[in-house]
Amino acid sequence: MVVGLWEGKIMSKTKSPPITTELDGKFLDGSLETDGKLIKIEHLTRTYTLGEVEVHALRGVSVEVSKGEFVAIMGASGSGKSTFMNILGCLDKPTKGTYTLDGIEVGKLTRDELALIRNKKIGFVFQGFNLLSRTTALENVELPLFYSSVSNKDRKDKSISALNIVGLEERIYHYPNQLSGGQQQRVAIARALVNDPSIVLADEPTGNLDSRTSVEVMEIFQKLNDQGITIILVTHEPDIASFAKRHVVFRDGRIKSDKINNSPRIASEVLKTIPSIDEEEEEA
Amino acid sequence: MKILNILVAAFRALQRNKMRSFLTMLGIIIGVGAVITMLAIGQGAEYSVKQQIAALGTNVLIVFPGSQQQGGIRSGAGTMTTLTEEDAQAIRDECPAVAYVSPGTFAGGQVIAGNLNWFTSIQGVGVEYAQIREWDVQYGDFFSDQDIKSATKVCVLGRTVADNLFPDADPVGQNIRIRNVPFKVIGVLTKKGQNAMGQDQDDVILAPYSTVQRRLSHFPYIRQILVSATSSNTIETAQKQITDLLRMRHKISRYEGDDFTIRNQSDLANAATATSQILTILLASIASVSLLVGGIGIMNIMLVSVTERTREIGIRMSVGARGRDILTQFLIEALVLSLLGGIIGIIMGVTGSKVISSLAEWPTFITAFSILLSFGFSILVGLFFGFYPARKAALLNPIDALRYE
Repeated sequence: MVVGLWEGKIMSKTKSPPITTELDGKFLDGSLETDGKLIKIEHLTRTYTLGEVEVHALRGVSVEVSKGEFVAIMGASGSGKSTFMNILGCLDKPTKGTYTLDGIEVGKLTRDELALIRNKKIGFVFQGFNLLSRTTALENVELPLFYSSVSNKDRKDKSISALNIVGLEERIYHYPNQLSGGQQQRVAIARALVNDPSIVLADEPTGNLDSRTSVEVMEIFQKLNDQGITIILVTHEPDIASFAKRHVVFRDGRIKSDKINNSPRIASEVLKTIPSIDEEEEEA
Repeated sequence: MKILNILVAAFRALQRNKMRSFLTMLGIIIGVGAVITMLAIGQGAEYSVKQQIAALGTNVLIVFPGSQQQGGIRSGAGTMTTLTEEDAQAIRDECPAVAYVSPGTFAGGQVIAGNLNWFTSIQGVGVEYAQIREWDVQYGDFFSDQDIKSATKVCVLGRTVADNLFPDADPVGQNIRIRNVPFKVIGVLTKKGQNAMGQDQDDVILAPYSTVQRRLSHFPYIRQILVSATSSNTIETAQKQITDLLRMRHKISRYEGDDFTIRNQSDLANAATATSQILTILLASIASVSLLVGGIGIMNIMLVSVTERTREIGIRMSVGARGRDILTQFLIEALVLSLLGGIIGIIMGVTGSKVISSLAEWPTFITAFSILLSFGFSILVGLFFGFYPARKAALLNPIDALRYE
C-alpha cells in the first residue's frame, strides 16, 4: 500500500504549484503546460456503444477553465452536457482527446487513480443530493475524509467547519430525513468542500428545490466563488445560470457558445425580493 | 479507510436489518454448532471404543498352536499339540520385550454349588493372567505358583458366575463341583462387563491351568499362551522375539512355516479406533454441509445488500472510494456476519454437547481443535462467499451506480 506515503505529499503540495502527485508509485507531473489554466480540455470525444449502435455523446469539445471561475454549463437533454460533466468529474474517461486537471492528464489514469483525483481535487453536488440515509449530516460530510488518511479528530474538525460554511452548524447530528431539501443540499455542498477540492462540480443542484431554496443554494455557491473556489454548474434553467459568470452552451455533443456573463445576478440581493414564507416552514 | 472505521460501518450496516442479519447468521450458527456437537459426539464415541479396547489389554499377544495337517487335510487353528508349558516358561525367560506370560487351556461344563447350577466356561490360566488382563480379585485371593505346581483344586469366580451360584452368600471359602470334581472358591473377580463383541466377560471360572489339564480336559498340551508386552510400543518386538524363540525351540527350518500363530490385539484396537474415527469424520462432514449452506445464505444476503446499496456505493465512489475500499467494506460485512455466527455457534455447540452428554449419558469431548476448526471454517466461509458480492460491488461503474434507483 503506497497510499500512506503520498497522501502526506499531496496535502502539503496542492496549495503551491507546480504540483507533483505520486499515484501508486507512479509520478504524475503536475507541471504540465496549461497556461495557468485549471482545466484544459482539447478535442474531447466520447462514444458509447449500445449493442451495435455507436452513440456520439461528445464530438470534439475544447474548453479551458481558469482558477476562480464560476461556469454554468447549459444545454438541452441529450446535448452531451451530462457526459461532459462525468468526464470532468473523473467518473468517466474520454474516448479521444485530452483532459488536464490541475496539471494532471486525467485521461491516462487508472480507476484507482481517478478515485484519488475525485477524492482530492473534485467536490460533487448532485441533483438528488445523494446523501447516505440513516447517517448523520456530520458523517455524510466526513465521508470523503474516510478515504484519505486523516485522523479521526481532524476529520471531525474539518467536517464541522465545512458545515459552518454552509450554515448548518446547528444540525450536524440530524439525519437526512430530518432535513429539508435545501438543508440536504447544503450538507452535500459541505461534503463537496470538506477535502479542499480544486473544483466543485454541481449537476443540476437546484433541480429538486423550490425557487427560493434554489436561490439560497446559489447564494452559497456565489459566496464560495468569492472566496476563490472554482465552480462548474450544470443546469438547464436560464434563471439559475444567470448567477454564473460564464455560460457554456452544449448542443449535439459540441459547444455551441461560450460567453462571459458580464452582469451575473447576485443571489443575496435576489433573496430580498422573494418572500420568505417557506423559510418558516423549513425551520419548523 | 481505517480498519476500525470499516468495522464500525459494517456493524451499523448490519444493524439496519437486524432480523435479516440474524437469520443470515443463523445459518452459520447452526453450521458451526452442528460441527462442534458432531465432533464432540464422535470423539466421545472414539473415547468409549478406546476404553473398551484398553480393557481387553492393548499390549496382549496370544500364541496359538498351528493347524494340524494330516494327508492334506487341515484342521483349524489350535489343533496342533505343539505348545507346551516349557514354551511358556522359555518365553517368559528369554524374551526381554515380554512382561507377563500365562499358559492357558479351557474346558466347559456344568458347575454345581449347593442346590444351584450354572453352565460356564472354565479357563485354565497361569498366575500372571490377572496382570495380563488387568483383572483383579474383588474378594479373596488369586491362586499362587504353588497352586499351579501342585495342581490344587482351587478356583476364582467371575462376577456373573458368583451371582448365579451364590446369590446371597459369600462364595469365598465355599466348595463347588465342576463336572463332579470338587473345587474350592478362593476369590471373586471384579466386574469387567461386556467385551467389544458383546460377550459377558464375567461369565467365567478361572482355575490353575495344571488343574484344568489334569482334572477336567485331560489334554496335556497348552491351547494358548497369553503374553503381554512390556508396553503397547513393544508389541511388534515381543512378537518377533517370540516367533524366533518358538521357531528355534520347535526346530523349524527356514523353509518351513510356523507351527504356531500369534494374534495381536492391536489389530482389533486399530480397526475399532479407525471405525470410530471414520464415524467422527462422517458426522462432521454432514454437519459441515450445513455450514456450507449457511455460507450460501451469506452470499445471497450480501448480493441483495449490494444491489440495495448500489447508490450508496456510487456515492462512496464519487467522493473517492477506490474499488478496493468498497471490496473491503463488503467483505468485512460478510466476515462480521460469519464470525459473529461462528462465535454464537461455538457457544451453542458447546452447550448442545453438554446437554446431549447429560441426557444421553454419552461422553462428549470438545477439543480446542474442533473449536479452532469450526471457527476457522466460518472465517473461510465468510471470505469465500463474501468475496463474490464484494467484488461485484467494487467493479460497479460509479456513473451507473449513482443513477441506480
